[in-house]
Amino acid sequence: MSLTGYVARRLLQLVPIAFGVTILVFFLIHLVPGDPARTMLGNHATPQNVALLHRQWGLDEPLPVQYWRFLARIARGDLGSSLNYSVPAGRLVLERLPPTLWLIGLATILAVLISVPLAALAATKRDRAADHVVRAVPLVGLGFPQFWVGIMLLLVFGLHLGRAFPVGGYGSGFVGHLHSMFLPALTVALGITPILVRSLRASLLEVLESDYVTTARSKGLPERRVLVRHALRNAVISTVSVLGVNIGFLVGGTLVVEQVFALPGIGQLMINSIFQRDFPVVQAVTLVFAVMVVLVYLLTDVVHALLDPRVRFD
Amino acid sequence: MGAAAETFAEAVVIEHRRGFRRRWYRTPSFVAGVSILGSIVLLAVLAPVASWHDPIQQDLSQILQSPSWDHPLGTDELGRDVWARLLFGARTDLRVAFLAVLFPFVIGTTIGLLAGYFGGWMDTVANWFVSVVVAFPFYVLIIALVFALGSGTRNIYIAITIVGWVSYMRIVRGEVLVAKRRDYVLAARAGGLSDTRIIGRHLLPNVITQAIVFAMSDIVLDILAIVTLGYLGLGVQPPTPDWGKMIADGQTYLTTQWELSTIPGIAVVITALGLSLLADGLADLLRPE
Amino acid sequence: MSETLLDVRDLRVEFPGPPAVRAVDGASFDIRAGEALGVVGESGSGKTMALRALVGLLPRSARLAGGTIVFEGMDLATASPEQLRAVRGRSISMIFQEPMTALNPVMRIGEQIGEGPLVRLGYGRRRARERALELMRLVGIPDPAERAEAYPHELSGGLRQRAMIAIALSMEPKLILCDEPTTALDVTIQDQILKLLLSLRERLDVSIVFVSHDLAVIAQTCQRVAVMYAGQVVETGPVEQVFREPRHPYTLSLLRSVPDVDNVRHQLTAIPGSPPDLADPPSGCRFHPRCPFVQPDCVAGAFPLRPLGPERATACIHPDAAAADVRREPVLAGG
Repeated sequence: MSLTGYVARRLLQLVPIAFGVTILVFFLIHLVPGDPARTMLGNHATPQNVALLHRQWGLDEPLPVQYWRFLARIARGDLGSSLNYSVPAGRLVLERLPPTLWLIGLATILAVLISVPLAALAATKRDRAADHVVRAVPLVGLGFPQFWVGIMLLLVFGLHLGRAFPVGGYGSGFVGHLHSMFLPALTVALGITPILVRSLRASLLEVLESDYVTTARSKGLPERRVLVRHALRNAVISTVSVLGVNIGFLVGGTLVVEQVFALPGIGQLMINSIFQRDFPVVQAVTLVFAVMVVLVYLLTDVVHALLDPRVRFD
Repeated sequence: MGAAAETFAEAVVIEHRRGFRRRWYRTPSFVAGVSILGSIVLLAVLAPVASWHDPIQQDLSQILQSPSWDHPLGTDELGRDVWARLLFGARTDLRVAFLAVLFPFVIGTTIGLLAGYFGGWMDTVANWFVSVVVAFPFYVLIIALVFALGSGTRNIYIAITIVGWVSYMRIVRGEVLVAKRRDYVLAARAGGLSDTRIIGRHLLPNVITQAIVFAMSDIVLDILAIVTLGYLGLGVQPPTPDWGKMIADGQTYLTTQWELSTIPGIAVVITALGLSLLADGLADLLRPE
Repeated sequence: MSETLLDVRDLRVEFPGPPAVRAVDGASFDIRAGEALGVVGESGSGKTMALRALVGLLPRSARLAGGTIVFEGMDLATASPEQLRAVRGRSISMIFQEPMTALNPVMRIGEQIGEGPLVRLGYGRRRARERALELMRLVGIPDPAERAEAYPHELSGGLRQRAMIAIALSMEPKLILCDEPTTALDVTIQDQILKLLLSLRERLDVSIVFVSHDLAVIAQTCQRVAVMYAGQVVETGPVEQVFREPRHPYTLSLLRSVPDVDNVRHQLTAIPGSPPDLADPPSGCRFHPRCPFVQPDCVAGAFPLRPLGPERATACIHPDAAAADVRREPVLAGG
């Protein structure tokens, strides 16, 4: 079974999930009894808007038909029209996507850069002071609200300590983006670090006690080589899985962090749209988020298969 | 045959409980967790007595005051006493978080039990539901649901339930898959006990411990969710005090009265720490010897 | 009599408690150049821990608690980690019981075999690969060039063990420590691997310490044997002599409890009683609660190995009891 075969198989498995996702997104507007259009619009329920939604969503037709039309629209790339800006929701999302992607990418890199050395330190100095400190990280760290961490970082690094980083906004140019994104990315990264550290430390400990590490030591190899070439190489595999599973959290974290740092990404778009009761946009962003997460799951699976030669022989 | 199987299974359950009674005070994480959480819950319950200002009472002549004897943590931008808001906020957030755990727990455990035990199409369908929910980032789905349902505490419960049952289902299903191959279950089935009896009296007590332990950390997640929703303006509606909203309101004054945003956050961290320690301790205690 | 390569005196390995468990509690044996020494005992006898202690590869929870391990003039028991590391692989290497877990699952076989020469002998990549292929041929792995690219899970158990042997030989050590290398293999493969080890020992003139619970295997492969019980060595000597005429009641009981191919005995006799608790071992001779020839003076005191001649030693203070008993009822054909 080759890599393409594996990917194809995974994609096939994703089809029912993709359907499920669209169903869930579709049903969002039908959650509350009564006229969905009126509920969605709330105080903005002018007769024009209500009629507009009825037309857009075919609300007078039976549910399965509505769902089918919804699906067909999405397949065409039409994610609905924004009520407030009268532009396709899809275009709005696309415009706001870059900052969010930046955030996710930078946060992942930072998370790995922070977690791996910490976990390695804890695993190699097991039960000594460093280990206890590192073990406290997941315990305490999981209780920190991400947005609050962002605000604290803003306070310390943005407002005090020499105002090293801007307190908000996206900046311009590559370096400008990096500069503006650093604190937000760090916030998101810190949100996922506790889980990563805990899992990587556990895998490393398990691996360090394994027989093949003993074999490596019996060859008289330097401890560093044993750690990196043998232990880490294996521990990383399970961590990639953990990272993949928790990516939902990472991506979700961007939503709140964008609010804290006023980043013009799709998270902020979603929040704004909620307050403006611009439902099509909310729906579009929700869908896009789900697609991103699913793609990342797929990517993690592929990376896992690449790293672990045992996988393809399922 | 049936009686023997029942006795065996009961013995396994009793093992768990006996271990618990004997060791709880010798498990440091459990004791620490209970102490921390206990103090906070106590403060929350005694909020009307432990504070002497009305948390929603505004006093525009006293805005943004520094800590003083009358206002131990100062006042916020509308002149409200921060200490009182902190305590009453604890009431709100803790109560909602504890309640919000119940439905996902019950629903997730039930589905997990059925899917794990019976397998087949029930399992496939349940797993499909799980995969779909999990495809959405946690907060995105919660926020979308809160938006669709409308704001207010009742809808927060519903939203958290729709998203939260998944973890319990997975945990319980996993435990059931392992447990149903164990001797006591095989003996029970060979002894002709009905499925309901096996699930209810034999599987359930043994698999539920993991779910309970998780529930503790789930409360932490729920507190964070509620507080985050509050920060975004989508949570508990004002004027009811809520830690998240307090942090949001304080963000505007970060340059001068930074403690307005900092203090409620610290409260969350300490509460979460207590719960996490409790969860760890509970996990240690409920682990079979 | 050839020179002594490794001399182990009074080795102790402990798992700190509470309760503290002495896995090895005063074991002494020696290995000579060019010979194969068998270390036989049941599980819990301490044989694996003793072996691992020699090169400092004990599990994390155990520690070396005493004794000397003299190799080429250096006491490995007190050597620094750097000195130990220098000895491993180059002078003393190890083969483990379970080849599936003892090989790195994400590294190709050829790479693993060549890793020692690459890193420690300063070979270049190409030379290390050639050496790996050479070794694979030596241990009888067919199609070495192809197999070198394989991962461990793609090989059969026998091939994996051959790969492990190749790794152990890769830096031309003087001594190979084998921890039950054939126990996890099918019987037919066992035989092949044993024959391989035997032929390698002769061709390369390398010494072997062979730890096993299987008396037949030890009899087949080793010249001398050390019998372990409850963390101590209770008898040593040439294999033929020890198995034909044991001088320790435990050795005798062990021989009697194992099925023999020659069918000299008509019944298996299990050893009465149960293995000792290593956290709280019996006083005096550790075997005394289960010994058929026990005497009052067996119950207290120390029982180190005492020489019985130039080649044999036993810890039993009544060695003739066992010898007399076996004359009465032999365990091996040929009296």
